[in-house]
Amino acid sequence: MIPEDLLYAKTHEWVMIEDDVATVGITQFAQEQLGDLTFVELPEVGDTFEAGAEMGSVESVKAASEIYAPVSGEVIEVNTELEDAPEKVNEEPYGAGWMLKFRIKGAPEGLLNAEGYAAVVESEAH
Amino acid sequence: MPFVPHTEDEVREMLATIGVNSVDDLFAEISADMRPKSFDIPEGLSEMEVLSKLEALAAKNATDSVSFLGAGFYDHYIPAAVDALTMRGEFYTAYTPYQPEASQGTLQAIFEYQTAVTRLLGMECANASVYDGGTALYEATMMAVRKTRRRKIVVSEGLNPIYRVMLGSYTTNLDVDLVTVPHKDGQTDLAGLKNALDDSTAAVLVQNPNFFGSINDLTELFAAAKAVKAVSIMSVYPVLQTLLKTPGEMGADIAVAEGQSLGMPLSFGGPYLGIMTCTKEMVRQLPGRIVGRTTDTEGRTGYVLTLQAREQHIRRQRATSNICSNQSLCALRALVHMCALGEMGLKRAARVSMERAHICAERLTAIPGVEMLTKGTFGNEFAVTLPVNAFEAIDKLAERGYIPGFPLGRYFEGLENGLLVACTEKTSEEQIGIFAEMLRGALK
Repeated sequence: MIPEDLLYAKTHEWVMIEDDVATVGITQFAQEQLGDLTFVELPEVGDTFEAGAEMGSVESVKAASEIYAPVSGEVIEVNTELEDAPEKVNEEPYGAGWMLKFRIKGAPEGLLNAEGYAAVVESEAH
Repeated sequence: MPFVPHTEDEVREMLATIGVNSVDDLFAEISADMRPKSFDIPEGLSEMEVLSKLEALAAKNATDSVSFLGAGFYDHYIPAAVDALTMRGEFYTAYTPYQPEASQGTLQAIFEYQTAVTRLLGMECANASVYDGGTALYEATMMAVRKTRRRKIVVSEGLNPIYRVMLGSYTTNLDVDLVTVPHKDGQTDLAGLKNALDDSTAAVLVQNPNFFGSINDLTELFAAAKAVKAVSIMSVYPVLQTLLKTPGEMGADIAVAEGQSLGMPLSFGGPYLGIMTCTKEMVRQLPGRIVGRTTDTEGRTGYVLTLQAREQHIRRQRATSNICSNQSLCALRALVHMCALGEMGLKRAARVSMERAHICAERLTAIPGVEMLTKGTFGNEFAVTLPVNAFEAIDKLAERGYIPGFPLGRYFEGLENGLLVACTEKTSEEQIGIFAEMLRGALK
């Protein structure tokens, strides 16, 4: 259920790190909690964030919540397909529903592995 | 039920429950010198006494003057249907009900209003209205700031000065820089506005017709704004929109208006109606309520509040605005007014108002020493310069039941002799003739 090869933030973003590039999205659990997404608001290429900073938001039919940068760095690519098809996040949160790519600055800190994130989900689901 | 909040017995009971002896004890925490000595409220009066007192006060108002006052608020004819329909008990509630299961009529009325104003302004989306034209302009400015994440706002001095004062006051404590581009003898300085645009500009704010009545095509300015990714915001006078190139046609991103001229009486400044419209691209920044049309599980048409995720009751701390209460009854009045007049009626009201203003301008400028200040095309309002201080001329004519217009000197230094004159379809040619003769006499 929770992919083993990714890292996770407590705020329900997943991160895939390849060299100094981090691909970021929100988790299966997060999209389930939100329900059908209607809008994804993302930053622009060139914006920089510190880990933990708010970088965008997702809206669903029943709620809206912020997305936080799981790593520090500069946005180098944004999944613009989500503008017209936010439902991709619901359908494939770890695939076509990816949100953006960061050029990482410094070593990522405070991210969880699948097991650690499973514990977070466990505690929030109850 | 008595019209008293609580009886003496109830007061005693409440005090006993709290455990204090008197109301004074309740406020013992506040030292005596900090408390009001007296509230200076007179003794109560009977209903009849109150009525006669209020009638005496009301009688002091000059209600039968002939007025050429405009400056953003216009005395248009309101069809009787507007009052008859909007004063129905179903609409005359203290609060607008939004629950879709119970309020289809209210929601549909708002939806129809949104549809009507978007068509009038040539825009794609509208909200359910905000307080007034000035508030709408402020909200539009904040939409641009959020969207662009920039802080420089280029403001045309041709915008209604009342709105500019509001904008300044609302943004005093916000991280926003207002850069005002001065008018040029009453003309909107299009080149100056264009030059003020750069890549730190969040928005450019212009009005058409501008405060002095002059009409511009702002298409090029808006294209220049787009080139630096700034948001184009246009404030308009709704009645004239039936004849002029619309904000949508000029490429505005957001168009706002004071909706008073669409069926709201001039009543000491309110309640009025803030019309807010925008392009689809900006709709997620649009504050306030937006009603959408949908279908239920059985395929029947239904109306609901939509884009709720930006609203106050879901993410209070993230709401796009906290002063965006809508003016539902006024919005309904505007809708009924527009429907009663129809496209042809609205156009006719606009045309007749313009014709009267042009006759008036001709008559006034035939008086020696009176010159047109407004150059080029104007609608139902124009500015002239008098050979004397406009305040003096206004005083003289007002004494005789004619209010000649708005003194520009009130907001514009150097224009103390400037008079802003407005006509509507209610202004008769006879009144214009009398006004011109009275002014000629006053200037001798």
